[in-house]
Amino acid sequence: MSLDLILRVGTKLILPFILLFALYVQFHGEFGPGGGFQAGVITAGMVVLVAITFGLEAARRIAPQALVDRMVPLGALIYAGTGVVGLLLGENYLDYSVLAHDSAHGHELGIFLVEAGVLITVAGTMTALFYTFVERGR
Amino acid sequence: METLLELAQHYNYVVTIVLMMAGLYIVVARGNMVKKLIGLSIFQTSVYLLYIEPGKIIGGTAPIIDPAFSTYSNPLPHVLILTAIVVGVATLALGLALVVRINEAYGTIEEEEIFERDREE
Amino acid sequence: MNAVLLTLLAVVTIAVVRQRSLFGVVVLTIIYSFLMASVLIVLDAVDVAMTEASVGAGISTVILLATLHLIKTTEMRPVRARLLPLFVAAGTGAVLVWGTLVLPPFGTADAAIHRHVVPRYLAETIKETNVPNVVTAVLADYRSYDTLGETTVIFTAGIGVMLLLGGARHRGNADKENASK
Repeated sequence: MSLDLILRVGTKLILPFILLFALYVQFHGEFGPGGGFQAGVITAGMVVLVAITFGLEAARRIAPQALVDRMVPLGALIYAGTGVVGLLLGENYLDYSVLAHDSAHGHELGIFLVEAGVLITVAGTMTALFYTFVERGR
Repeated sequence: METLLELAQHYNYVVTIVLMMAGLYIVVARGNMVKKLIGLSIFQTSVYLLYIEPGKIIGGTAPIIDPAFSTYSNPLPHVLILTAIVVGVATLALGLALVVRINEAYGTIEEEEIFERDREE
Repeated sequence: MNAVLLTLLAVVTIAVVRQRSLFGVVVLTIIYSFLMASVLIVLDAVDVAMTEASVGAGISTVILLATLHLIKTTEMRPVRARLLPLFVAAGTGAVLVWGTLVLPPFGTADAAIHRHVVPRYLAETIKETNVPNVVTAVLADYRSYDTLGETTVIFTAGIGVMLLLGGARHRGNADKENASK
């Protein structure tokens, strides 16, 4: 049995748990250590693991170039958009108190949206960096 | 003797300065571009340490509010350094992209060979 | 505990200075990043430790190895002995160490930086935002402009690298278009 086989089977088993851990870190960033940056980097690390073990084509099936290209600005847009919503509802830019029925819930919703935006941009950018560096060598 | 005692109390800061100077030495004294970028990264991480060390309170805990604890370490440097880490990796990625292009243009990434080639032209 | 980890960090850094094979330098950087994450946990900075471990030993290493694959050189030339940078580094280090002796001893609770705005953050976070992790609350709510700027920086770095190194893809597409005409 070649060592290659152990690596492939092991990676296939562990991949969904890596994605689950990334989402756990993202959503539990408010109650424990974590947040958008760490979760984004772990998600990009999952794509890199697939690329290293199964080849670049398998990684492109999971994260197509078009999706990654659109994720990079989408997160920044979500972040800035949350600020503009505050502006449209009559208060300052990036004021979260007006986003829900009372101020504390508004702040919580604002933090959630902002961290989601950061996750999307960081995951997209790290994956795009990896793809660009590898493409250059072909 | 008092200086030695003070140095022993401030051992953390002394080692952080040593790391910082090692990073600076790599950037200035080595000619290989990738090694210079790694030296810059070492310099940056030692600055993170320099910011976070004064924030620690002995007997405190991580700054996550919990009814069982009353003293928390200072969370403000953590926030600034989170931003700094991510900016550092962005700088490293752009620097490495530039090194790849330099390698394609000159065929080498050693500083002295690049200067020689420029002087010949 | 702290002192042991920091001494190990210093040893790894001296090894990075003297190591000539670039692949070895990258491996030493991974070790450095994990040691740094351990030091940060001992200093109670759990968010920062998670970010440093994942970014320093994850993405940073991947990009360095991808660059080494493209550059295809792994050895440095023998270096001339340079005394001037050594003196400059030692002199600056001595001045900085002398400067840090003025700082309060490590770990005191009544230092100046714990007094101005941090007690307000620690007291008001649960009431105003319902989020127990003070670092996330400060990052995404009290100081959200800085995080907006940081997201823009990551976005710009991604676009910059795609512009610098992405030309191969478009050249490939342009060749395919010319060939099919």
